Amino acid sequence: MRAARALLALALAPLLMAQAKPVLVPDVSQREVEIRYSFTGAELLLFGAILYPAGRVPERPAEIAVVLRGPLQSILVREKQKVAGIWVNAESARFRSAPTFYSVASSRPIDEMVNERTAAIFELGIGNLQLSPASVGSPGELARFENGLIDLRRRGQLYEQTSGGGVEITDNVLYRARLTIPARVPVGRYTAETFLIQDGRVIAGASRDITIRKSGFEGYVADAAENQSFAYGIVATALSLLLGWAAAALFRRV
Amino acid sequence: MDIYLPIANLSVNALVIIGLGGVVGLLSGMFGVGGGFLTTPLLIFYGIPPTVAAASAATQVTGASVSGVFAHKRRNGIDFRMGGVLVAGGVLGSFAGAWLFRILQESGQIDTVIAVLYVVLLGSIGFMMARDAVRTFLAAHTGVPIQAKKRRHHPLVAALPLRWRFYRSGLYISPLAPLALGFATGILTVLLGVGGGFVMIPAMLYLLGMPTQVVVGTSLFQILFVTMSATMIHATTTKAVDIVLAGLLLIGSVTGAQYGARFAQKMKPEYLRGLLAFIVLVVAIRMALGLGWRPDEIYSVVIE
Repeated sequence: MRAARALLALALAPLLMAQAKPVLVPDVSQREVEIRYSFTGAELLLFGAILYPAGRVPERPAEIAVVLRGPLQSILVREKQKVAGIWVNAESARFRSAPTFYSVASSRPIDEMVNERTAAIFELGIGNLQLSPASVGSPGELARFENGLIDLRRRGQLYEQTSGGGVEITDNVLYRARLTIPARVPVGRYTAETFLIQDGRVIAGASRDITIRKSGFEGYVADAAENQSFAYGIVATALSLLLGWAAAALFRRV
Repeated sequence: MDIYLPIANLSVNALVIIGLGGVVGLLSGMFGVGGGFLTTPLLIFYGIPPTVAAASAATQVTGASVSGVFAHKRRNGIDFRMGGVLVAGGVLGSFAGAWLFRILQESGQIDTVIAVLYVVLLGSIGFMMARDAVRTFLAAHTGVPIQAKKRRHHPLVAALPLRWRFYRSGLYISPLAPLALGFATGILTVLLGVGGGFVMIPAMLYLLGMPTQVVVGTSLFQILFVTMSATMIHATTTKAVDIVLAGLLLIGSVTGAQYGARFAQKMKPEYLRGLLAFIVLVVAIRMALGLGWRPDEIYSVVIE
């Protein structure tokens, strides 16, 4: 399959090279990430080729940024404050479109590659996420909550930014980037985007869908807990009764 | 040995969880408590989300109390009538607990309430137990006996209408008192993932005036049914029961409990109670410090 795609790319190469702009031929190492019993995280490889017109690499070669993005969620961010000596949740802010997961890597630091406006349009970089705040508040307050959310998710390895170095470009043609997926990754449909950037402009982009899901026993358990919750509760109760009784019976005999 | 917990959504070291269950089981076997009051905080310290910790701890307590119920039944140590009233109150309480849980979750105060309840309950009970243990210890060493209590049960209990006879306990009191007691522990079971034995046993002794021989067995009997009810409620409302987590905890705790029971027979009861008081107080102090310290995470996220 991959060989066939490579062949196709090769066959199309002369056609593509006829264009003035360089062309992006991207791929990802896997379309599905399965969470199983021993899942401690995974690594996703985003790779591909940059095809320059007539195969000539210009003086200022193009650069690459890759983004892996999880499904969007509407969330409430709560902030703890010290009230009467203890830390309790006090103020909160609502965001309509916070990605559950966001990881970006680039061949050079993003702020050196593109200007702020472009970065904001393509949501390149953790600071440029469009979180769509829904609750009204002063800009300073919103920024505080945004930073709080980003800091929290960065510590949970759910938001990641490999500044300058995440993407390797070999001979100005082949690029590869490794993005790590932590064990706590939420399930859902992800998109892996690759941007080809030249002279501060995004000249090509491609996106691939990736599904992260629980499979096998773990998938079955998560599904049962969600959809057959009553039966699931009965099984959990029965299991604990059985284990408790079995241990008592076993030890009495010994 | 990493294992993925499908409901908690994270990987844990299976041996750590089994070991944790083992320690809790050892204590529960030694002291005749479910051990939920240790499981939930320890799981939270380990990084399990509080709701999943409470729900799965309730499941684990069911398993840990089964063998105890059988053992006490053989010794005729259960007042089934009293137990039945307590269970009825407990099941009602667990529904009330579920309702309270949802309200607190919506207002964002569930974690604080859980922590405060732990500090207050464990702190006061630990203190009471420590005082008792010290008194018994002193009495044994100085030879001055402790003065026996004059009254049987609390005057409030005696004032309640509608009296029933509880033959095994030798009591003639209103069933409303144990019903209310069961109700309160039912709420605690859903909120904290504890069986409630550490609240129920002192209450049975000092409020209801039940004889010591039936207190532990009857309390375990109530815990068995109320934790089952709590598991069902969590499974259907919060959907936070992690069967893999509960299973691992159970493997540790049911074996630990057997060794704990043997261990307990070799130890002096006053040392045993002193040790339990110490553990309870340590957990309470740790939770209290956790409330006052600036937490690592000031922010938290709720998915809508």
